[in-house]
Formats: sequence, C-alpha cells, structure tokens
Amino acid sequence: MIEVRGLAKAYGSVQALRGVDLSVTAGELCVILGPSGAGKSTLLRCINRLVEPGAGEIRVGGFGAPKDRRQLRDLRASVGMIFQDHNLVPRMSVLKNVLTGRLAHLGTASSVLQWFPDRDIAIAMRALERVGLADRARDRSDRLSGGQQQRVGIARALAQEPQAILADEPVASLDPKTARVVLDDLRRAAHDLGIAVLCNLHQVDYGIEFADRIVGIEGGRVVFEGSPGQLDEAALARVYPGLDVSRAFATGTAGRATATLGSGPA
Amino acid sequence: MTRFRFLLGAPWTLKRVLAWSAGAVAGLGVLVWSARGVGLSLTELLRGMPWVFDLVSRMMPPNWEVLERLVRPVVETVQIAIWGTLLAVVMALPLCFVSARNLSPNLVVFHAMRQVLNALRGINEIIFALIFVAAVGLGPFAGVLALAIHGAGMLGKFFAEAIEEIDAGPVEALRSTGANAAQVVVFGVLPQVIPAWIASTLYRFEVNLRAATILGMIGAGGIGFELVSSMKLFQYQDTATCVLVILAMVMTADFVSSRLRARILAP
Repeated sequence: MIEVRGLAKAYGSVQALRGVDLSVTAGELCVILGPSGAGKSTLLRCINRLVEPGAGEIRVGGFGAPKDRRQLRDLRASVGMIFQDHNLVPRMSVLKNVLTGRLAHLGTASSVLQWFPDRDIAIAMRALERVGLADRARDRSDRLSGGQQQRVGIARALAQEPQAILADEPVASLDPKTARVVLDDLRRAAHDLGIAVLCNLHQVDYGIEFADRIVGIEGGRVVFEGSPGQLDEAALARVYPGLDVSRAFATGTAGRATATLGSGPA
Repeated sequence: MTRFRFLLGAPWTLKRVLAWSAGAVAGLGVLVWSARGVGLSLTELLRGMPWVFDLVSRMMPPNWEVLERLVRPVVETVQIAIWGTLLAVVMALPLCFVSARNLSPNLVVFHAMRQVLNALRGINEIIFALIFVAAVGLGPFAGVLALAIHGAGMLGKFFAEAIEEIDAGPVEALRSTGANAAQVVVFGVLPQVIPAWIASTLYRFEVNLRAATILGMIGAGGIGFELVSSMKLFQYQDTATCVLVILAMVMTADFVSSRLRARILAP
C-alpha cells in the first residue's frame, strides 16, 4: 500500500534521509523507531508531501508523484495523518473537526458556508463511534482531555476513509493508560479496516506491544526491519547508538518487554 | 536577618558603562533640544493659569437647556463611528490575508501590502476628512469615509497580526486532509482569529467614536460642530454641556466595549 524507494531529503546541508526503502501493506501497523532527529518525521511528511521529497520514489495506493494541485489533494485525501499535538482546530466542535477529514470530497462553496451533506456527517459520526466519542460530537474540541483530543484526531483521519494513515508520535504527550487506548485505536484501524498504518514512536516497548512490524531508523537510514520479536539487543543498539540496551525499557512494562526480547533470536 | 543583594541584568563591563553613559547623555540632549523647540516653560504655564480659570468659570454652570439640541448630533456621531468601523472591516478583510506573513502568496505581495496598510494608517483621519469634505462635500458621510480609510489600515494590520499568531498545527492538519486553500483558511485559520478580530473591531469602534467627536470641527459631521460653534459664539456654558455629553458618550462606549472584549477573548 505504501511503497518508498530510495527516499532522500536534505534541509540545506543537513541530510535528513539518505535512501530509505520501506513498504507497508494494507491492514498492517508498522512502527518506526529511532532517536530524535533520525528523520522519522520527515519520512512521514514526505509520504503525504507536506515536505517535498528530495530524491526517490513514493507510491501510496494508486498515487505516485502528483503532477498538479488536484492530484496532490487527491493523494492527501487518501492518506490520513495524526500529529503529536493532535492539531485539532480550537473553538470548533468535535464533529466539525472530524468533518474536516471530508473537505477534499466536498464542494468549496458549500463547505465554506458550513453546509455538509448528510452522507458525510454520517461518515464523521461513524468515525467518532469507532473511537468511542460519538457522545462528545457537539462539544468544543478544546474542552476535551488530551487523550480524547488525540482520539478525535484519529476520527478525523478515519473520516477521510483513507488507504493509509501516518501517525507522528501520536502518544508522546499522553499518559501510559491513554497511550494504550490510542495505539489500540490505531491497531484496530489497521486490522479491522485494512488501512496501512505507519506510526512513529519513541517508546520501544509500545512498539513491541502493538506493532505488526518494526522499522528502525538512525541517521536517515533503515538500520532494522522485522517483527517485534526480532528486535533484539543488537538491533536496538543499532537503532539507538550509545544506548545502554539493558535499561532501554523505562515506561513501566520492563518485565514483559524484556521477556519479549528474550524470546527473540537474540 | 534577611540580607539583600543588588543584582544587575548583566555584569558591568567598561564597554557597557560607556554605552549606557553615551545613551543617557544623548537622551538628555534630545529632551533639552525638544523642550527649547516647543517653548516648554513653567512660568508661561503659571502666567496662563488665571485665563484657564477664567474660561472654566465662564463655562459654569453648564447650560442643560441645549441638551435637547445635542441629541441629534450625538446620534449622528455614533452613526459615523458605526459605519466608519464597518466599512473599515470590509476593506481590511481582503487586505489582511495577503498582509500576513504566513498566508501571503509571496514576499513581494506581503511587503507591498504591508506598505499600503502603513500608508493608510500613517495618515491621520482628520487629514482624510479634509480630503473627503472637498470630495463629497460637508457632512457626516465625509467623516465616515475618513474613519473607514484610516481604520482599514489599522484593522488590516491588527487582523494580519492575529493571523500570524495562530497555531500552525491545525493548518498543517487541514492541508494534510487534502483541503484546498479556501477550506484551509475557513476551517483552520478563521476559528483561531475571529475572537481577536472581533475584539480589535470593538476597540476600533471606541477609537472611531472619539475621533468622530472632533470630525465636526472641520465640517465632517457629528457633535464636534456644536462644540466649535458654541465656542465661536462665546457660549461657554453650552460648550461645557457638549464636553460633558462627549465624555459620557465615550465612557459608556469604552465600558460596554471593554466588557464585551473581555468576554469574547475569554478562553
């Protein structure tokens, strides 16, 4: 579903990505691990072209490199994105925030005048039901808790009825319990709806717990790719150079995560 | 026993001492120079005081009989302020988007529009009023146009600054859904700026109301005309009533407007 070949991107003299190959199939939750500044965020933003890729090839579903604005918007419409700080529009209702996921399919004049077809409202409500927040549809988005706002962000992505979802550190500012709920929402989006989900994470143990596949990125290159069980200490040392691997799991699930590590081909 | 220590922002080096001394000398020089230029003089002020008291005593007591005659000019002043503000908003809206650094299509357009706004803002509304009195004739409409043009420059800048202060996150999120430029502005930008825009507009109305009270002095409508003609006819007791009425009107508007602004800007 998502196919990335030889992707490179430089910001001035800083080389963020140096030839990344990656593929995510439909219905798969693929987690990207890597230190800050490894190029994870740039990689996601190249896929929906919020950042213009330098070199290489990216295909998402039927879309290659867009030739004009129309094709660019069609590409973005079929790729949902979830952000670290949810990026909901404040002072706007939860439902309308989710409806913004439908904008690419709506006429400019009617949507700008706040007229929405019943069909699209129904899609938005279904997306809200999926994340368990249908009863908050009429509330102002900034009245919700951080975790709820992030789940509205997921609903907005789901309302796009996307082929792929990109999640950029979706749980970085959430407590462990809420983080699990959000990651579970993402996994169900992949498994139940057949969406290709590509998710950047900082927490190794969440990756091991939720991912179908893990890709490790360091210095703009893929340094590990495999199942969570294959992420052994040697692999971790490649993804996080200089890390004391024995103390890598610090978010309270150390026992279970280490057990997972032990069962791998270490 | 608590001990206190005097802490400066940064350590005093010779260079800093010299720079500060030079600044202080230059500042003092400017003050003396301008005092000479404007003939700043305490003796002149003291010598003039009796005349001030004389004028004030002639204003007392205010002549309340003219109140009835002032109703129409007061209403007209408010009407000038309303339409001056509304037309300023209408002109500022299209200007503000291209004058905001984060939305402007390119830097040339951005800088050009900023200069247009600066020019509109830089010219006082009284000067505009003189021009419009010549163009459309004496009366309140000239005042409305003057407030609208000057206010468009002011509000355009305020509106654009509100746009520049928004959180870029929701805008990026909107773009990532495939929304087009108009949709990004309406759903990503407007909800974030509208409270600030309304507050600026209310504040502009307050300023316009104060400005509208003096437009009459140059024949552009409003209560200023009554004020000036009463002075020219040496009817100082009528003048006093005009001043008090203006004061009451402006204070009422400021009170209502600041309460409304506080409510709108509350999160």
